[in-house]
Amino acid sequence: MSELKSGSNLEKVLKAGHFAFTGECGPPKGANVEHLKEKLSHLVGKVDAVNMTDNQTAVVRMSSWAGSILMMEQGLEPNFQMVCRDRNRLAMMSDILGAYALGVRNMLCLSGDHQSFGNHPDAKNVHDIDSMQLITMVKKMRDEGKFLNDEDIDVAPKMFIGAAANPFADPYEYRPYRLANKIAAGADFIQTQCIFNMEKFRDFMKKVVDMGLHERCYILAGVTPMKNAGMANFMSKYVPGMDIPESLIKRLKGVDKKDQAEEGIKFALEQIQEFKEMKGVAGVHLMAIEWEHKVPEIAERAGVLPRPKV
Amino acid sequence: MIVADRKSLQEILAMVADKKKILILGCKGCVTVCNVGGLKEVEILAASMKIARKKEGNDIDIDIQVLERQCDTEYVAGIRDVVGNYEAAVSLACGVGPQFLSEMYKDQTFYPGVNTTFFGGAVQHGIWEERCAGCGSCAIHNFGGLCPIARCAKSLMNGPCGGSSKGVCEVNKDTLCIWDAIVKKKMESGRLDDLIGVKPIKSWKTARDGGPRRSIREELVQGNI
Repeated sequence: MSELKSGSNLEKVLKAGHFAFTGECGPPKGANVEHLKEKLSHLVGKVDAVNMTDNQTAVVRMSSWAGSILMMEQGLEPNFQMVCRDRNRLAMMSDILGAYALGVRNMLCLSGDHQSFGNHPDAKNVHDIDSMQLITMVKKMRDEGKFLNDEDIDVAPKMFIGAAANPFADPYEYRPYRLANKIAAGADFIQTQCIFNMEKFRDFMKKVVDMGLHERCYILAGVTPMKNAGMANFMSKYVPGMDIPESLIKRLKGVDKKDQAEEGIKFALEQIQEFKEMKGVAGVHLMAIEWEHKVPEIAERAGVLPRPKV
Repeated sequence: MIVADRKSLQEILAMVADKKKILILGCKGCVTVCNVGGLKEVEILAASMKIARKKEGNDIDIDIQVLERQCDTEYVAGIRDVVGNYEAAVSLACGVGPQFLSEMYKDQTFYPGVNTTFFGGAVQHGIWEERCAGCGSCAIHNFGGLCPIARCAKSLMNGPCGGSSKGVCEVNKDTLCIWDAIVKKKMESGRLDDLIGVKPIKSWKTARDGGPRRSIREELVQGNI
């Protein structure tokens, strides 16, 4: 990690040793630029970069690269998400070049939720390459200046390469090894799945640290503030890969309905405090789903403001 | 083998709604083994169709035949003398059958009576599961003998994804997460090292993506064997 790979703000913040704080925003289900700008406006100056999701949960939305460009117009740095479900290697490389040409410097390489969960379940999925291979492809484009077929790229895209990790999926014992594979493939930073089961995450991070993985890439812990007990219940039952302890649901249910949002935020703040101290954690990725306007308050109360200028 | 599911009686009846005399063709190959297009199933379909049409007051005349294999011109040729006696034919073979028939008998219409689903086998009586995607470059030995291309919903070569839970795929609770099985097998046999590193990007040239495929065995073509 000696010289800058992409020169993105996120890379600089992490490299300087600051505790990173990233946000997330879903593009609109349409071309409603005003709505997107309104959501993004809450994040300006509060985070180091913002993930622009790519047809998340397999629901069609404005393309993530277009959303990323609109985000830059507002003075935010995008973390351009790309899933393997919707594009083959040609489209992927082409979109990476296009996004880079327009100023995008971070990207997150993902498999993508299966289309059966989304609003076009009859769609054919692509999966020409998988998320691990996507990481190697972006790295090759950046470091070797070559396409997959070894032809030279005329101005290579220099991306800061991100990947996801879900410590709560099975088989649990294998998860640190899969993370190691992603790092070996070329991931510069990792954003984890939303963490709710702190006990399990502590154990996971201990294994990660024992393997020295935190020294080879930056790990950002995923935090999602719960709006109410209903949301916790729903996510527990219907969102794949979620591990929501009964104790958290009980805690939310234990307060008046009108106070559940505050209780959810309190839990998130407690998590962020712990992550700041946790060995191997380089920052937090805050996924405030359709709750962007709460991000300034959460950032303020978490003590992560002002964001460093590097 | 190739596995198929019978189309519904309604769908088959609708295909031949304006026909009075048809031929139903079974196959003694895979569809007999998976109980969808053998003699017994052909007889059941013929009887069901006759009853349904009789109820409508619109009788239908149905003959049946079961070919040795519908994917072999030698056997397809066996109905040459009778195929013209019908207004249409329904094939209960996999998707190969009605095509071989259509190619040989250009004036006849062959309706598919089954939906061809996958290459697989019976895991218990009455339940078949997919095992192979026919990608044209088999590498299952790298995955503990289990194919992630056919059996992972996302065809991941470097799984499992974040949706794997308790050994089950996020897409369907009745589907095994094949990556869970691959990882466990490797761990239990002390061969976790096999999964360290990235499995390289696959060439799909040998799969259907490379265009319709052809297999040529020169020694057979030349008649040496």
